[in-house]
Amino acid sequence: MSSSANEAASRASAVSSMGQTIPTDAEVGHPEGVRWGMVVDLDRCTGCQACVVACQAENNIALNEEQRVLERRAKTWIRIERYWEGEFPNAKARFIPVLCQHCGNAPCETVCPVWATYHNNEGLNVQVYNRCIGTRFCANGCPYSVRYFNFWNPEWPEPMNNQLNPDVTVRTKGIIEKCTFCIQRINRVQVTAKTEGREIRSGEVQPACAQSCPTSALVFCDLNDPESAPAQLAEAEAGRSYTLLEHFGTDPGIIYLKKVDPHAELEEDSHAPVETHA
Amino acid sequence: MQEPVVADTKTSNRELLDFVFAWPAWFFAVGGALNGLLVAAFVVVILMLMFGLQFLGYSHPVYWGFLIVNFVFWIGVSHAGIMVSAILRLTQAEWRRPVTRAAEVLTIFSLLTAVQFPLIHSGRPWRTMYWTFPYDWNRGAWPNPRSPLVWDPSAIFTYLTSTILFVYVALLPDLALARDRAPNPVSRAIYGVLAMGFRGTTRQWRIQTVAGLLLSAIILPIFVSVHSIVSWDFAVTSVPGWHNTIFAPYFVIGAVHSGVSAVVTVMIVMRYAFGLKRFITRDHIDSLARLLIVVATVWLFFFLLDFFFGLYGTEPAEVDTWQRRLVEPPWVVIAITFIICAYIIPVPMWMFRAVRRNFFWMFVTTILVNVGMWLERYMVVVPALERKSGLTFTYGDYAPSLSEFILVAASFALVILGFLTFSKLLPIMPAADIKEGQILADRIRVGRANVPAAMRE
Repeated sequence: MSSSANEAASRASAVSSMGQTIPTDAEVGHPEGVRWGMVVDLDRCTGCQACVVACQAENNIALNEEQRVLERRAKTWIRIERYWEGEFPNAKARFIPVLCQHCGNAPCETVCPVWATYHNNEGLNVQVYNRCIGTRFCANGCPYSVRYFNFWNPEWPEPMNNQLNPDVTVRTKGIIEKCTFCIQRINRVQVTAKTEGREIRSGEVQPACAQSCPTSALVFCDLNDPESAPAQLAEAEAGRSYTLLEHFGTDPGIIYLKKVDPHAELEEDSHAPVETHA
Repeated sequence: MQEPVVADTKTSNRELLDFVFAWPAWFFAVGGALNGLLVAAFVVVILMLMFGLQFLGYSHPVYWGFLIVNFVFWIGVSHAGIMVSAILRLTQAEWRRPVTRAAEVLTIFSLLTAVQFPLIHSGRPWRTMYWTFPYDWNRGAWPNPRSPLVWDPSAIFTYLTSTILFVYVALLPDLALARDRAPNPVSRAIYGVLAMGFRGTTRQWRIQTVAGLLLSAIILPIFVSVHSIVSWDFAVTSVPGWHNTIFAPYFVIGAVHSGVSAVVTVMIVMRYAFGLKRFITRDHIDSLARLLIVVATVWLFFFLLDFFFGLYGTEPAEVDTWQRRLVEPPWVVIAITFIICAYIIPVPMWMFRAVRRNFFWMFVTTILVNVGMWLERYMVVVPALERKSGLTFTYGDYAPSLSEFILVAASFALVILGFLTFSKLLPIMPAADIKEGQILADRIRVGRANVPAAMRE
């Protein structure tokens, strides 16, 4: 009996991270501990794609050659969606970076038969590559379409294979991959903080996309930490904050701040119906 | 409707059983052609295993396509056996007798074919065991009971097991008959082992009958559950156009529609291939066609319900999906073809007695139904993924590749080959059942009265 108890204990520690036990469903997504999230200020986003490139380099994402893009098999854990607003000549490009929303109530997690994707106790939607069997059910379930399938083993021509990030798994064919919020960076900061015997400082964790954003449109934060600057920003700008596809009820971990358009009101006026009745 | 006596016992035995022992040339020709298709599919599957799923037409964001459509289609066809066999047995419909075995065997082989598809369609099929038989105690990582993909294998394998049991119990007297009439000692020994010592004593008959009835009753809830669960693969997700409470009954009745049609097709082919003109008559096809009129109309009702629910909710994404399915090219072509094939041509034709009793036209219309039902599944699965949410930037279309066409064609080959092989090795016509029907329908003269020769208990 004792050996099986030991086995159970070691198993529990094996699957939990940072010595905490796996939360029950009731606890997941509730503001007890850390909940990693992001504030995306669309007013600052210029659509420069620096985040896309940084993510590509950080996370060993296979090369998105032209052919891959044409057949829509390119993998972009974060992508800049470009929308046109208005009619020519008054058309405006609108950019919105879309990455895994790390939903508190994720549609992808419930449908995976092998727990390859689940919610960890830090609010991350985690993808366990070893478990994944590639049913792609999660990719269908995701309303944001941020899950990407590996149709083949990735290859890097010499010498690009030498720049692979040693902290990140190279995904093989037949599995799903997606944004991890640079979990390897989170882990590194947590380990450093632990060895130095201190708490993680606000803003100490930086995913590659947020780090490379020239306008600081992407800000990574602990949504449960009221002291953190991005959380305060989201609070202060509550008037223009929203979450993506809110009606799906997915409780995303990414808060978007909508574009401030100084001409919006003017345009609205110019398009207002003319009163013809006196 | 009582089936008239068509042959005495000797003729029945000869005509129902002897083609099992014969090996005509066409059997090898057809078998060879089907095997050729299977080899092609095998090559595709090996390539997929070695080099990933790049040969399929999938891309972001349409990750399910032909193979899942085909899976749903064959699960649907598999509903024929139990519909025809169990329900008609329980309701004591006499005309069911020659039809049952073929329908059940069709169930087995279409189920076996269907289960291949989610497996080869997954990215790492060699890990299937973790998911379908997931009891890897050492790893401590259990399957996710919330996922419909875990419900699927349990439902399908329960259905498969009970169907095989059902067929076997009904097969016992015929195996004994085959043992007694086997042309050589080797086959006699094999049939003897399979017949498990069935000698036709009263006790054996009673056990066999009760077991058959019990299995019919037990299978019925499984029959309903299987396609319901397959429908939940779609309905429990939040994808607009899939997320629909009506899906379970809609899929089940659609399955019965395509399944019973497939049974009619198979019966007509068997009539000519195996020389069963005496046993598969116009009356049988007529009865199945009447059943089909009802089933098809109920199915149409559920299809329209699905459509109205989509519109009635006025959820923009849902309405968009329906618009894509029914209005936008290329889906409008598929939608029109499907509704014409699955309902508008066959059902009005079946209204005419002349059509219902005409083998050629019944063959054509039932084939049309299955073409339509295949397209219906295609229309349910794919357009919803092409236009999944409000983020129009990720919209993408699906185009099946040659590999997918080969795999789908091979699935038909596999079912036909399985059916043919069964019919060459085991009695495909339920001889004992047919003879029982004849005895029950037989009438004798007692004095001046004309009374049934046997009474049902």
